[in-house]
Amino acid sequence: MDFLRPQNLAEALALKAERPDAVPIAGGTDVMVELNFDHRRPAALLDLNRVGELAGWSASDAGVRLGACVPYTRVIAELGDRLPGLAMAARTVGSPQIRNRGTVGGNLGAASPAGDTHPVLLVTGARIEAASTRGTRLIPADEFYVGVKRNALADDELITAVHLPASEGAQQFSKVGTRNAMVIAVCSFALAIENYQVRAAIGSAAPTPRRVPEAEEFLAGELPWGSPLPDSLKRRFGELVAAAARPIDDVRGTAAYRKHALSVLARRTLGWAWQDILGRDSACA
Amino acid sequence: MTTTEQATGTANGIGTSPRRPDGTGKVRGEFAYSSDLWHEDMLWGATLRSPHPYARIKGIDLTEAVAVQGVYAVLTHEDVPGVNRYGLEHADQPVLAVDVVRYQGEPVALVAADHPETARRAMKRIKVEYEVLEPVTDVVKAVSGEGARLHPGGNIVRHVPIRHGNPNATAEVVVTGSYEVGMQDQAFLGPESGLAIPAEDGGVDLFVATQWLHVDQRQIVAALGLPEEKVRLTLGGVGGAFGGREDLSIQVHACLLALRTGKPVKMVYNREESFYGHVHRHPATLHYEHGADRDGRLVYVKARIYLDGGAYASSTPAVVANAATLGVGPYDVPNVSIDCWGTYTNNPPCGAMRGFGAVQAGFAYESQMDRLAEACGLDPVEVRLRNAMSEGSVLPTGQVVDSAAPVAELLRRLTAKPLPPAPLEERDLRTLPGGVSNTTHGEGVVRGVGYAVGIKNVCFSEGFDDYSTARVRLEVVGGEPAATVQTAACEVGQGLVTVLQQIVRSELGVERVTILPMDTTIGNAGSTSASRQTYVTGGAVRAACLAVREALGPLSPYELGDKVLDETVEWRHRPTETLDPETGAGNAHVQYGFAAHRAVVDVDVDLGLVKVVQLDCAQDVGKALNPQAVLGQIQGGSAQGLGLAVMEEIQTRDGKIRNPSFTDYLIPTVLDMPPMSIDVLELADPHAPYGLRGVGEPPTISSTPAIVAAIRAATGQALTRVPVRPEHITGT
Repeated sequence: MDFLRPQNLAEALALKAERPDAVPIAGGTDVMVELNFDHRRPAALLDLNRVGELAGWSASDAGVRLGACVPYTRVIAELGDRLPGLAMAARTVGSPQIRNRGTVGGNLGAASPAGDTHPVLLVTGARIEAASTRGTRLIPADEFYVGVKRNALADDELITAVHLPASEGAQQFSKVGTRNAMVIAVCSFALAIENYQVRAAIGSAAPTPRRVPEAEEFLAGELPWGSPLPDSLKRRFGELVAAAARPIDDVRGTAAYRKHALSVLARRTLGWAWQDILGRDSACA
Repeated sequence: MTTTEQATGTANGIGTSPRRPDGTGKVRGEFAYSSDLWHEDMLWGATLRSPHPYARIKGIDLTEAVAVQGVYAVLTHEDVPGVNRYGLEHADQPVLAVDVVRYQGEPVALVAADHPETARRAMKRIKVEYEVLEPVTDVVKAVSGEGARLHPGGNIVRHVPIRHGNPNATAEVVVTGSYEVGMQDQAFLGPESGLAIPAEDGGVDLFVATQWLHVDQRQIVAALGLPEEKVRLTLGGVGGAFGGREDLSIQVHACLLALRTGKPVKMVYNREESFYGHVHRHPATLHYEHGADRDGRLVYVKARIYLDGGAYASSTPAVVANAATLGVGPYDVPNVSIDCWGTYTNNPPCGAMRGFGAVQAGFAYESQMDRLAEACGLDPVEVRLRNAMSEGSVLPTGQVVDSAAPVAELLRRLTAKPLPPAPLEERDLRTLPGGVSNTTHGEGVVRGVGYAVGIKNVCFSEGFDDYSTARVRLEVVGGEPAATVQTAACEVGQGLVTVLQQIVRSELGVERVTILPMDTTIGNAGSTSASRQTYVTGGAVRAACLAVREALGPLSPYELGDKVLDETVEWRHRPTETLDPETGAGNAHVQYGFAAHRAVVDVDVDLGLVKVVQLDCAQDVGKALNPQAVLGQIQGGSAQGLGLAVMEEIQTRDGKIRNPSFTDYLIPTVLDMPPMSIDVLELADPHAPYGLRGVGEPPTISSTPAIVAAIRAATGQALTRVPVRPEHITGT
């Protein structure tokens, strides 16, 4: 196995063009586990840890450009105010040690249906910056997850950053696991409500992380702006979210439980998001 | 409280908690575990395992594997020079499979190569042709004789009946229940590992992480066809054991490869292989019927207990005896009828794990006691108090409990402890079920409280000649008296080396005590299991100290001059008896340990997630030789019981393990395990050294049912299976 160590982005892209079979590695929290268990034997690893261009984030009025190699710990500590939903999801990733190494770029590269940040990226309208020697493009999160552990990257492309639009809305993320920390999602749910728009997404409950359009449309149409939410509305929203899920039975939980749990998460996160929105309205008034 | 014997007043003697000699190194990551062993010019061994739970081997083709550059040896059963059978109690397990494999993960062939990767690649080029057979996976069917016969004697490893009192007793109040216990794993952090070095005399020196050097040695020499003196074992650094290192793993394999290649061979399992490479806790199906009068006083208990031993016997016979003889728990029951079976199936082999049969029975009988309380309209503690065993009680085996059995006192102490305050309105997410996963801000969260108490035998039972050998040497070094202790007793992380130092300090009044590496150059110490090592090897070291003291006569250690006192003794606890095969009667056990727990849980009843808020324990330890180590054992045992209550299970389907990793075999984290309030009682056992009582296992038994009782109290669900999964609570 070759270990390729580019010193900058140009070198990294050139190497990836030359060796499309090279697997990028940053924190290694996913790739190294696969190597150790002998589940994967790539011909080459492309170490991105020396590529300074990927290691930082910047903010503008439009939003945040989050470098692919920024670890979760920094997302939580430095971006909790700007990206509340992503920070909430980042907090649920692994252990402190894993959060020190693991990155959103790595989560996207693996594209596991259980990846913790995916539902948040879907509901915040994130765009994934993919670069190659051919150029750079932005892939909407909605178009990024194409199959179980498969993403929309071309063989010669690297994830260089994630663009997350600035948001004043309410964001929530919630994840069920069978342990109170350090656990892979049995199922997860993210919700963003802003400017009379609703976005909701599920994780670990279908072959890919995905939005739940029917539930979103229903809620956008029914939200009683400025008033408390009726329980019936929350319940119906939960039912629609559960109905959109295509979960399986596995060691982590049954399909039936996943659907049930998603309906509970949807109901609860909606309540918290709405409280948040009502709170802000009254603060403004 | 009573104390049996005054410490001599020596600093860091018994009753104190001196610093562990291995503590700093372990905390700093500098301690050498057996997986860190290294030798110039060593090879790496790898094990090819069966992918099938049950299959006939039609042929093995090694041609391609042997041709891999860097490969030094590829071995099959044909290369086992001695008897290709081993086992703790029955030699029924092949070192390498011959014509049949009986579980997924059974070793079939071995490779030694110059690099672990080379070994792994070569292993993949071994071609084994299998004819896949229909596996036996249901324990009850295995008892009834359905399905393939996996061993010549049939699929029942052992049946223990207990008949006590009137078999036809009837009662006013009857409660019945069927319970299941999932397959728990020891989940020790240091994987199986060791280094075998061929010696010039044609023998081999093996450095290995194990629980019992001499029983390993006995099995290795049989398989290698060598005399005992040619196979020498030294304990490597052990990263936890909990019963999972009683059976052989790499021992014979590494020696075979070393002897064949003439080079040192290291073997280390990775985490996934470790799940296939050691035995687990027996999963159990238990049917119970409790009869009582209207006041909740037990009239009879009837039970049928099925323990799935998997493909090979391992320690199943002894586990069966424990579940049967301790099957009614720490209660006075005049009439008892229990049948307990251990079986062969094609599930993963099961054997020793902390609690050893008493855990499975404990979950069932404590669940039953809660049902009885409900049926009688009594408080769960009250029904236990009314039936609590005490000193002088007669067990269903007819054995009289002849030392303290403070069951009622343990429960009373728990009820006297303060309950946690009602939760605040605004809670830190980490205090809620689900933690920072942000599943609830208090919605759906209901609090519940549960109690349980358990009983465990200490030391080896049923007439086993259970002893330990200790050598103590006293001399003056640099003007200071110094003692050296040698035993073959395995330090597996529990702190034995510290306790042995303390004993010598107290007995000889010598501060400097060196514990030599544990090896087979001295006699048998017995197993580090059954909560026995402080009792038995501690007893042996104490006896050796007494012999040294006698040799010393009236002199002070300072007055020894050039004289060296060196005494080796074998020490035994009082003998036990076998069980009557028809009635289960007999004084089979040496000593009993008791612990009780109170659990307070918050359950998110909508999501089925559990947060254990408080877990308190009261345990009688006879005498706390090292109070801090005692607390450590109680906390660790309680955490392992918590794991079984809410998360730990090796899930199998058709005999195959579905979650062989720490990604999906979950053990409690610091956010799952609450701080504990622990009462340690010291009611001396007059039959035991210093009055001590084995500590390690009792807390594992009562922790699980206390937590499940608390979850039941919060949810109103019956919850008859552990671990309790979210689906069991939500009903989805």
